[in-house]
Amino acid sequence: MNNFKSNTAKRKRNESIFRIICKALTWTSLVILVVLLYHVAEQGFHRLSPDFLTNFPSRFPEKAGIKSALWGSIWLISLVFLISVPIGAASAIYLEEYKSKGMLARVVEVNITNLAGVPSIVYGILGLTIFVRFFGLDRSLIAGAFTMSLLILPVIIIASREALRAVPQSIRHGAYALGATQWQTIYHHLLPAALPGILTGVILAMSRAIGETAPLIMIGALTYVAFVPESIMDPFATLPIQIFNWASRPQAAFEEVAAAGIIVLLVVLLTMNLAAVVIRNYAQRKYRW
Amino acid sequence: MILALSAYISIFTTLTIIAVLGKESYIFFQQVSIWEFLFGTHWEPLLEPKSFGVLPLLAGTLLIVVGSGLIAIPTGLMTAVYLSEYASERTRSIIKPIMEVLAGIPTVVYGYFALTFITPMIRLILPDTQIFNALSASIVVGIMILPMVASLCDDAIRSVPISLRQGGYALGATPFEVTKNVTVPAAFSGIIASFVLAVSRAFGETMAVTLAAGATPNLTLNPLESIQTMTAYIVQVSLGDTPAGGIEYQTIFAVGALLFVVTLGMNVAANWIMNRYREVYE
Amino acid sequence: MVINDPILSIWNLNIRYGETLAVKNNSFEIEKNQVTAIIGPSGCGKSTLLRTLNRMNDFIDSFNTDGIIKFDGDDIYAADADPVEIRRRIGMVFQKPNPFPKSIYKNITWGPQINGYQGDLDKLVEESLKGAALWDEVKDRLNESALSLSGGQQQRLCIARCIAMRPEVILMDEPASALDPKSSARVEELIAKLRQDYTIVIVTHNMQQAARVSDNTLFLYEGELIEYGPTKALFTKPEKKQTEDYITGRFG
Repeated sequence: MNNFKSNTAKRKRNESIFRIICKALTWTSLVILVVLLYHVAEQGFHRLSPDFLTNFPSRFPEKAGIKSALWGSIWLISLVFLISVPIGAASAIYLEEYKSKGMLARVVEVNITNLAGVPSIVYGILGLTIFVRFFGLDRSLIAGAFTMSLLILPVIIIASREALRAVPQSIRHGAYALGATQWQTIYHHLLPAALPGILTGVILAMSRAIGETAPLIMIGALTYVAFVPESIMDPFATLPIQIFNWASRPQAAFEEVAAAGIIVLLVVLLTMNLAAVVIRNYAQRKYRW
Repeated sequence: MILALSAYISIFTTLTIIAVLGKESYIFFQQVSIWEFLFGTHWEPLLEPKSFGVLPLLAGTLLIVVGSGLIAIPTGLMTAVYLSEYASERTRSIIKPIMEVLAGIPTVVYGYFALTFITPMIRLILPDTQIFNALSASIVVGIMILPMVASLCDDAIRSVPISLRQGGYALGATPFEVTKNVTVPAAFSGIIASFVLAVSRAFGETMAVTLAAGATPNLTLNPLESIQTMTAYIVQVSLGDTPAGGIEYQTIFAVGALLFVVTLGMNVAANWIMNRYREVYE
Repeated sequence: MVINDPILSIWNLNIRYGETLAVKNNSFEIEKNQVTAIIGPSGCGKSTLLRTLNRMNDFIDSFNTDGIIKFDGDDIYAADADPVEIRRRIGMVFQKPNPFPKSIYKNITWGPQINGYQGDLDKLVEESLKGAALWDEVKDRLNESALSLSGGQQQRLCIARCIAMRPEVILMDEPASALDPKSSARVEELIAKLRQDYTIVIVTHNMQQAARVSDNTLFLYEGELIEYGPTKALFTKPEKKQTEDYITGRFG
């Protein structure tokens, strides 16, 4: 029995050390987030004003405003929504309900997973070559919208498939047993039930799209735009690109202007994510399986 | 059928990426040998004398990748361990959303943070640090990929059946010992896959490094110096007035192709690890 | 076993999942407007057999069948047979209640509506719910979610939904096994009542239930049809020893 040499003291000490390190590291994320937000707010808050939202960018930091970038982002995200959501949802329905077996389905699935991991700048290269040059759309909103749609399409498809998968088979069978066709079952039962999950995924994808900079720089979104876009063929700027532009300038005053722009961007993102949370909660109440 | 067409857009996308990158790279490699590209140590594509060795860019990228990995991987793993092994439900419900927020912050904001906060801090301690430096960017990219590591490791750890862990405890082991000897080995494939995916993401990171790390291709191991990553280079060329068809234009595709191949390789490897070594617990 | 007015006729039916033969060479007929129970131990193929009758097994990839199943004279697996049409005429109630996450009203009207029902929907809902002995309990809350009902009520709603389609045959796959005894009893009462207008085929692993509720009983063991006869006769004087062993609980 006493072949066990008691070393509990040492083990307990290791245990405490480990636990403390883990705990510290975990709460570090909170610290980082707080520091980051505080720094941005401190730098930029005093630059926020109604003028800031209604002015165009300028060489003078006091006069610089975010109007063109804000509207550019709104235009862009709306176009991206209109393009990517139908395609993404349709793809997900097809892959999940109609063709979920077989070699081809496997290939498409692997393909989508890989596309989700391709760096965004490669999508920028793609957009530049195909939409700007090959289709001759030039550095327009629509070229940007197509490029961003391709970028987030994998995200939407994956999220939508998850949402469809979460609908229990019993609902499908109940519908079929009443003599419904596949499309009737999808349209009347699966889509409504999966819609909140799909919407949550779409909103998260949109959040990602709004914050993306690199692909849009590649297709030529301008960093000095003094007008609000009027048509989808117009050139444009977006919030992140404007922020990038200001942050790259050496003057300290522009640093503050950039921070103000960041605040606006974060507010937009916060709103979108709150919407996602609201939708998720609604879904959990309505569809208690 | 319209539905089918939509699904195949994804295949179209991949093929187009390969075609686009391949075609222009091919033209590039007609003029610059692959050997010179991959192993040359000097990158000067715009000014004479031109030189197309991609190693400085690659080194820049690797510096960021390694730096951010050193930060994010241990932290992410330990966070995941803490969340699944020690933390209360309440802690989880605070930390998890925070992680999601950190992951959702646009990269340009991180670039700004690096440039205006982290770099000055570093320069307080190490005054010789250049304004644009790799360390600052590494830190910030590390923060960026941290949530990914933490979240994926958390999933991996949670999928280890509780019976295995309880077996360890029943033998009189401390949580640290159970984690080290039972849980982590049991979740190994998921954990490793998460590392690879995070590293892949760091490889492709663009805006933070463009803002904070600099635009000087520099073959160095010193993180306090200014460097340029492959992604930052591509951005730099796009911002400039590069005529289409010239060799500078083609460098975008050559570097882009390298980037694509590396990240694709890593993602495929991560998936392969997940599938091949997945421990199946019934 | 003599069937006077067969509505379903099955000849030499073999059902396979991939390589596995789940139902072996069954041949029998189902009498119209009577309740036929299919009994047997777990895994003997009863549910598989049932689901083949309304082609619900089509949704399982590895499933294939040979043999003939005739519904009202037509082969339901013929190349030009329409499974959607078949399922309109042969309804199904599942083991676990599966109402749609919609209102009680919509649950009942959806099926008829997609099939082009022109008549009065309110009347249809009332009749169906009365037919399923649920009307009194829900008549004041037809617009509430079906998921707010208890398990037993949900199952009766599923039955109401099924009969709203006015099927000719109702297939029931262990309809009471997920319910508490009281709800279970109500479902059994319902089956007795429904027999007047519909042909019912019910799969059950509860022998006493089969004895209470059915006119004819079919005993299946490991995919083979062992015995088929009037319920009373099968339970009091079974012809085959296997049947007797099963009924008296020696196995199963």
